Amino acid sequence: MNFKGRDIISIKDFSREEIEYIIDYAKRMVPYAKGEKHTDLLKENILSSLFFEPSTRTRLSFESAMNRLGGRVIGFAEPSSTSQKKGESLADTIRMADSYSDAIVIRHPQEGAARLSAEFAKAPVLNAGDGAGQHPTQCLLDLFTIFTEKKKIKGNNIILLGDLKYGRTVHSLAYALSLFKADLTFVSPETLKMPKEVINECKELGVEPTNTTNLEKAVKEADVLYVTRIQKERFPDAEEYNRVVGTYKVNSALLKEAKKDLIIMHPLPRVVEIDPEVDFTPHALYFKQAFNGVPVRMALLSLILGGKKL
Amino acid sequence: MKELKITPIKDGTVIDHITPGHALKVLHILKIPESGSSVVSVAMNVTGKMGRKDIVKVEHRELNPKELDKIALIAPKATINIIRDYEVAKKHKVELPSEIVGIAKCSNPTCISNSREPVESRFHVIGKDPLRIKCYYCEREPEDIAAGII
Repeated sequence: MNFKGRDIISIKDFSREEIEYIIDYAKRMVPYAKGEKHTDLLKENILSSLFFEPSTRTRLSFESAMNRLGGRVIGFAEPSSTSQKKGESLADTIRMADSYSDAIVIRHPQEGAARLSAEFAKAPVLNAGDGAGQHPTQCLLDLFTIFTEKKKIKGNNIILLGDLKYGRTVHSLAYALSLFKADLTFVSPETLKMPKEVINECKELGVEPTNTTNLEKAVKEADVLYVTRIQKERFPDAEEYNRVVGTYKVNSALLKEAKKDLIIMHPLPRVVEIDPEVDFTPHALYFKQAFNGVPVRMALLSLILGGKKL
Repeated sequence: MKELKITPIKDGTVIDHITPGHALKVLHILKIPESGSSVVSVAMNVTGKMGRKDIVKVEHRELNPKELDKIALIAPKATINIIRDYEVAKKHKVELPSEIVGIAKCSNPTCISNSREPVESRFHVIGKDPLRIKCYYCEREPEDIAAGII
């Protein structure tokens, strides 16, 4: 499989086989990501890291991934120091980054920004989140986490919990999990239910998701509980947000009747949805999940930059 | 004697079976009459065999049927008749292209295609009946396609 020069814009651009290939390659990257082994696979390469919006995990793990591969990173973590402030178009900023580097990673507040960037760059573009749009590397690291913990996705009962209406990363994840035939349960407040189009996409892939508001009941059967933050910034009015925030709380009481090997994931940052007491239980996987961003992004960078295989 | 609301034309193009109420949008998409000096007649909400419809007639000008396919977005059942000496010389049913560029605006206000960037709006047709299109950039599906016509 050849990924050299390929853009990573949306999980839907990838087949199941391609996703499996990336995940397998990412597994081989783990000792390098941990610093137990060393490589200079991408030592001749420069990555442009263009973050027009704040980010902690995604930006740091991309930088760590490139550094672990022996490559270098240029870029910015917020746009105030760039010519965007002077009114430069994104297309022109991308043209510049393209001429200074071998690959471009971009986070931008507007949906479609990464797709547009790919049109103006010869170098491959990696989407690190475009507004409420796609975040394919998050999706890949989520799949990687489930694969490494559960060995397979098919047949696992996976709950997606929280804001399923506005949280676009759960939309891509529901699609990707359906590609792998997971048993899906969507748990959300009545007003934040999974949109019909997403449910239809799952059905087209042969998965019949269960929709419920009852977390206590659903959690007893679950193998994976994927928790999301209710994102204040996506709500049209504060009152609607206040009505639903804190509807679900993952704490020790809830987990009493859960399966022993239930894993709890969260893309982070979390606010109130997971009680810190859960961090010390064997269920808590979200910090390991955040680490998994490094091997997955190492695999992607190495594949699209055509580094010889490790 | 039956009185015709629009008289037949000698030479030119007749766009028939336009979704009722959409004739002016059709003209807008085709940039008629700005792009020529032909006489244009429009009939709206006419009763035909298959219910109500709009009709547009453009005199002395043969519009390229393939170019007319872009009206399929708002008038998927339209037919194009090329008229020569009062006879139908060619008939063509509009066909939805697989990609629609620069005709409709994305309904998502935060889509990058609505910013000051050097790109045209671009949609992929993902379903024909019912018509479903998806923005190439933000991957959203507009609900009211006709409202987005530029």
